[in-house]
Amino acid sequence: MAKADEAAAIITVEGLQDLLQAIRAGGYRAIGPTVQNQAIVYDDIESVEDLPRGWTDEQDGGRYRLAKRNDDALFGYSVGPQSWKKFLHAPKLRLWTAERDGETASVTPEPSPTDRLAFIGVRACDIRAIEIQDRVLVGDLYVDPHYKALRERALIVAVNCGQAGGTCFCVSMHAGPRVEQGFDLALTELLDGTEQIFLVETGSDEGRALLAQVPHRLASSREVEAGEAVIEHTASSMGREMRSDDLNELLMSNLEHPRWDEVATRCLSCTNCTLVCPTCFCTSVEDVSDLSGERAERWRRWDSCFTMDFSYIHGGSVRASAKSRYRQWMTHKLATWIDQFGSSGCVGCGRCITWCPVGIDITEEVRAIRGCDTSAGDWP
Amino acid sequence: MPPTLKACTPPPYPMAPSMTPVTRFIRESAEVFTFDLAPERATPFTPGQFNMLYAFGVGEIPISISGAADAPDRLTHTIRAVGPVSAALGRLKAGDQVGLRGPFGVGWPVEEAKGFDVLLIGGGIGLAPLRPAIYWLLRHRAAYGRVGVLYGARTPDDLIFVSELEEWRKTPDFQLRVAVERAGPEWTGDVGYVTPLLSKLRYDPADAIAMICGPEVMIRATALALEDAGIADSRIFVSMERNMKCAIGHCGHCQFGPLFICKDGPVHRYDRVRDLLAYREL
Repeated sequence: MAKADEAAAIITVEGLQDLLQAIRAGGYRAIGPTVQNQAIVYDDIESVEDLPRGWTDEQDGGRYRLAKRNDDALFGYSVGPQSWKKFLHAPKLRLWTAERDGETASVTPEPSPTDRLAFIGVRACDIRAIEIQDRVLVGDLYVDPHYKALRERALIVAVNCGQAGGTCFCVSMHAGPRVEQGFDLALTELLDGTEQIFLVETGSDEGRALLAQVPHRLASSREVEAGEAVIEHTASSMGREMRSDDLNELLMSNLEHPRWDEVATRCLSCTNCTLVCPTCFCTSVEDVSDLSGERAERWRRWDSCFTMDFSYIHGGSVRASAKSRYRQWMTHKLATWIDQFGSSGCVGCGRCITWCPVGIDITEEVRAIRGCDTSAGDWP
Repeated sequence: MPPTLKACTPPPYPMAPSMTPVTRFIRESAEVFTFDLAPERATPFTPGQFNMLYAFGVGEIPISISGAADAPDRLTHTIRAVGPVSAALGRLKAGDQVGLRGPFGVGWPVEEAKGFDVLLIGGGIGLAPLRPAIYWLLRHRAAYGRVGVLYGARTPDDLIFVSELEEWRKTPDFQLRVAVERAGPEWTGDVGYVTPLLSKLRYDPADAIAMICGPEVMIRATALALEDAGIADSRIFVSMERNMKCAIGHCGHCQFGPLFICKDGPVHRYDRVRDLLAYREL
C-alpha cells in the first residue's frame, strides 16, 4: 500500500455498496463502523445499510454522545471508542497449548490466522496508529506471528475525515486528517445537499483492481477541490491542539514536576486510556492448566501500565503510586516512544480524553507542564 | 568471541517454549537452587543473557544463565524461590521438564573488557548472572588484567556456590572478598555491605571495567562507590531486573524510561541508566 498515485474517481452510494460486495466476494471479512450501544463501534458489515447513516458524535473530556445529523452522511462522525487494534492485536489470544504425556510434554503454538480482514472507514490517525504498532510487533528482531499474518492480508479502505471531533488533535501530531499513505482505497464523502458521492483515491494494485469492479467515473477538478475543502475544513476545526515538536525533552526533563502529583489526584488508574488508545500495545500472559494438570495453555491479553501488577517484581510493584503510573503512560506515549520506535506513540485521535471517566486531557497535562517548566527554572 | 543474540534466527513462534529436560538439580541454600537443562539444540549464549523458564501449568519467569558459556549443550540456572513459578521450579528433579525460551538480551561486555582489570560485584542471587562472566574470565585469564570479585549476602547461610567460592579463593591471580550483612561468631569473614571492600581489591581505576548485579539499591550504591574510586561511568555495567512477560520487546512490562530491559539489557552501561536510576518508581 502506498501513497495515492493517480487521478481520483467518483463513486455513488450504490457504488460503495458494489465495492463492499466486491470486497466480500474477494474473500474478505468486511469490518466497518456500526451503531451499537449508543456508540459507533467496528463490527462485521454486509452492506452500506449497516453503516451509521445520518449519525454523528459529540465528544469532549469524559463525554461521548451520538447525535443525528441533518443529512445522510455514512462517515459523518469522528472516531469511536474502538480502534483497529481490536482486530490486528487481539484483546485475548491463546498463544499455545501444551499436553503432558507421562514424563514429557509438548507445546503446540496456536496456528497463525488466515482471515483476510477488510477495514472500512479507517481514519488517517488510525492508519498512523497501525503503522506505529507495525514497528512494535513486526519491526524488530522478534515478530508477532498473529499480528503479522492478519496485517499482511488486511485491506484498508480509508476515509478522509469530514469533521473533527471535540477531542481530536491529529493536526498537532501530523497524523491527519488527510489520509496520505498506507491504504488500498481512500474515500472522501462529498455531500452538497443534492447528491451524495465519494471521491476515491487508489493506493495499491489491489485497490485499483477493486475500483475497476465497480461503476465509477473520473472526478472533475471541481470535485477534487471539494474533497480538498472537506479535509481543509476538518483540519481547521480540531477540538484540541498540542505542541508536539519538543515533547521528549520537555517531559523527560520534568519527571519530578508537581503536575504528576496533581493529575494523580484525579486519575482513577482505570486503564480506559490504554484500552482505547490505538497504539498502546502492552500485554500480559496467563498460564492456565486443566484440573488433571495434563493440559496447559498460555493466553495473552491486553494489559495496562496503570495496574499494580504490571510492574510487580518480588518485593513489590516498581510503580506503586498512581502518579508514577500516569507518568509512565504519558512519558512513554509522548517521549520515550520516540527513542524506542522513531516516532511519537500518539496520533492525536483524542480517545484517551473522551473515554477518561474523569476527563483527564493529555493536551492539557502537557500544557500544564510546559507552562511551568521546572527544568528551565520555573517555580510551580 | 562470545556468540551474540543477533547470530540467532528468531523462532517463528517466539512465545512458544521448548520442553527441555532437567539433567541435574542442586540445592544451594534454603531458598536457592540450581539446575541444568539439556536443550534440544546447542544454545550458545553470552554471559549475562537470560532465558524464560516455564513451569508446566504454573507460569514463566526470566532467569539469567548461571553456567559456563563454553558448553552450549547445557544451560544452567540458579534461582531463588520467591514466587509461585520459582517455587514450582524448585520442586523439579532430574528428568523433569522445563519450558525454555531464549537466550535473550544483552550480556556482560566480556569481549570489550579484554586487556582491562575486571571487577565483578554481586549481591545475593546477583552472583548467579555474574558466574558465567567469572567462568569466562578464568578460562581466558591471560586476556585480562587483574580480576576481583566481591560478593555480598545477608547471612552465611544465604551464600551460594559455596564450594566454588573456596576454589576461587585459592585460585592464583584472582581476588575474592565475601561479606555478609549479619553473622554469628563462627563467621570469620567480612561483615557489612560489599562497597567498603572495594578498597581491599587491587586494580587500576583508570584501566578497569566493573560489572554489578544485585538488588537495585545495591547497584546504585556500588556504582557510586566505583565512580568515587575513579572508574569512568562508561566502564561500569549493571544488570537490571523488571517485570517481564515476553522477553522479546512486545509486552511492554520491562520498560525503564526509553529502555526495554529485555532487549536493551538486562546488562546496561551505567552512564546510560544513571540518570534514570535516580528517579523513584520510574
